[in-house]
Amino acid sequence: MTEDIQSRIDELVKTNDVLLFMKGTPLFPQCGFSSRAVAILDHLGVAYETVDVLQDQAIRQGIKDYSDWPTVPQLYVKGEFVGGSDIMMEMYEAGELQALLSGAGVAQAQ
Amino acid sequence: MPMAAADIEAMIVAAIPDARIEITDLAGDGDHYAARVVSESFRGLNRVKQHQAVYAALGGRMGGVLHALQLTTAVPE
Repeated sequence: MTEDIQSRIDELVKTNDVLLFMKGTPLFPQCGFSSRAVAILDHLGVAYETVDVLQDQAIRQGIKDYSDWPTVPQLYVKGEFVGGSDIMMEMYEAGELQALLSGAGVAQAQ
Repeated sequence: MPMAAADIEAMIVAAIPDARIEITDLAGDGDHYAARVVSESFRGLNRVKQHQAVYAALGGRMGGVLHALQLTTAVPE
């Protein structure tokens, strides 16, 4: 069971260039931290997918084990865990998130 | 149950003795904090590992009783 969830998460992370696990949706974030993460990605203009952990209790717990990270949101780029919203903000302010995304060659939002 | 800022600070110092810690109670409700933690022990660690060290110090409370802790970490200048 736990194995299943971990491989499901692994599959999601590896098949989406930019993936944000969040509470709620980009239009209706259910938490201030998730809202901030979405705002950063929107501002950078990259294409991204999201997973609403509130819709799936197994993923909500499983994602914390997957990355050894206790909170949501969590951003993954090209299969690598980047961080939560605080790290996203720090990296954004330092210009590092832009560099990471352009270095990874991810698509721009349509 | 929310956590008091002094308890958060004490737990971090217990695990990271050289840490310099500033905690701000963002909403004045004892439940939404910002913490800045500066420690030489973070040198050479990426941001994820630095944050994980602080979360480990908080012993599983992060994401539980501590829902809202904005964290920034740094090495001393």
